[in-house]
Amino acid sequence: MMLEWVHGRLLFWVPAPAWPVTSIVLQIIVLLIPLMLAVAYLTLAERKVIGYMQVRLGPNRVSLFGVPWLRGWGQPIADAFKLLFKEIIIPAGANRTLFLMAPVLAIGPALAAWAVIPFDPVRHIADINAGLLYVLALTSLGVYGIIIAGWASNSKYAFLGALRSAAQIVSYEIAMGFALVGVLIAAGSLNLRAIVLAQQGGVWHWFALPLLPLFLVYFISGVAETNRAPFDVAEGESEIVAGFHVEYSGMAFAVFFLAEYANMILVSALASVMFLGGWLSPFQGLPWLSPLFARVPDIFWLLAKISFFLLLFLWFRATFPRYRYDQIMRLGWKVFLPITLVWLVVVAVLVMLHVPPWFSGGA
Amino acid sequence: MELGIFYTLAAVVLFAAVMVITVRNPVHAVLFLVLAFLGSAGLWLLLEAEFLAIALVLVYVGAVMVLFLFVVMMLDINLVPLREGFARYLPAGAAVALALASVMGFLLGPRYFGLAQFPAPRRMPADYSNTTALGRLLYTYYLYPFEVAAVILLVAIIAAIALTQRARRRIKTERPERQIHVRRQDRVRLVSMPAEKPAGEGGA
Repeated sequence: MMLEWVHGRLLFWVPAPAWPVTSIVLQIIVLLIPLMLAVAYLTLAERKVIGYMQVRLGPNRVSLFGVPWLRGWGQPIADAFKLLFKEIIIPAGANRTLFLMAPVLAIGPALAAWAVIPFDPVRHIADINAGLLYVLALTSLGVYGIIIAGWASNSKYAFLGALRSAAQIVSYEIAMGFALVGVLIAAGSLNLRAIVLAQQGGVWHWFALPLLPLFLVYFISGVAETNRAPFDVAEGESEIVAGFHVEYSGMAFAVFFLAEYANMILVSALASVMFLGGWLSPFQGLPWLSPLFARVPDIFWLLAKISFFLLLFLWFRATFPRYRYDQIMRLGWKVFLPITLVWLVVVAVLVMLHVPPWFSGGA
Repeated sequence: MELGIFYTLAAVVLFAAVMVITVRNPVHAVLFLVLAFLGSAGLWLLLEAEFLAIALVLVYVGAVMVLFLFVVMMLDINLVPLREGFARYLPAGAAVALALASVMGFLLGPRYFGLAQFPAPRRMPADYSNTTALGRLLYTYYLYPFEVAAVILLVAIIAAIALTQRARRRIKTERPERQIHVRRQDRVRLVSMPAEKPAGEGGA
């Protein structure tokens, strides 16, 4: 389709044996450009949404091309340019190599995990058997960027932030992993596309219902994993200035920012794929609504679900005060872990008994 | 192509493993160990053992090494004295290393793990799932060894907890469940006080 056309017309100078590589690179570019734009405008959305929730206006000055009703829409672009042109200051006594490597380590896994997200029945970069495991492995790598940043900065505040973040992410990963095991039992597959297909048949077939506790645990753990409010003790600007990235400036700081927001979108996408039926339409199987929305592309539903979760992220930040550190640990270990363990048994029983409507088919 | 990837990954693993024991800074050593794990995961991917490869990254790189790093970062090590006594310990260390290497060479060499005993794995079709195969084997043929290993791990967990809890120290801890249920009336008392000054006088 598109790729053949691009290869024939634009990349005719690339030798044919290298086409698999160029086609993957093209797919990555096609994924990354919208993702980066989404990250940029998510920052604007965050400031606007929180602004409205707090009865303020949010950014409303920088316009695009001077169009009056686009006031505020130029803000992410202006911010990006400001950060690009700022100097990256490397503190005295910092470990130079690791200091510069940390942002890369933070954003690498956040972007690489997107490789297995299915956008509709055919569109994905890689359709691998162990997709769920791959996602879990890559999200667990993101913590290295934060730890190394905190250590390499040679600063007390940064180091404290790194330690908090490491303990928090390792703790919540366990609950998150168990929530994913529940999905795995329910779908009978580790492949993300198969997981979506196992939820076919309308809203009542989505895993959010039989796995409701796991769904909540997964999403809250996701908020904790991305170090977002109310779990943002790693930054904790009222206690440790800005946590692990105090010493970062300019683009190095911006990369951390990008990684955090890319991770937010990733967690939202995963929650939609695993619990809300991914690209499946909510009107599937309904007598007259289903034909009405038949022409809506599949990817629209996925994007709508992702946007909903992103709104929740912003809503949390506007609503909840920051958790105290020991309460975070208590929630992770003493509340989420028992809930997930109990519900795993429940899910296993539901699957064994083929409880309709979710597990009546032979899984 | 595949051979090239294999040798690249093998070189990365060897380089990282050598660096783990030669770099001075312990944090760097831990990071090189992470690199070695990632290289080995890549090698396993080449063998189509995707479950093992991803599990290695997930468990070792994602959790164990993070805790390692956590501990090592907090060590306050003066790097200079670490180099002292290198020559003095060299003979003993070399002897141990030699013994270990020869035992490993004997056990892992061609005698037990040669091509005659373990022929090169076949290429599997694209729909072959290593995870399914592994699960099937683990829960049927190797069920008892698997369960025994699980019980041993459980014993280790309980032992670790018991060891840390051995001394019954009097520790004051927060009770979050009680803290959460605290209401304003429990902590703050509103006292209605008569005004100290008569109204209308005003204070600056």
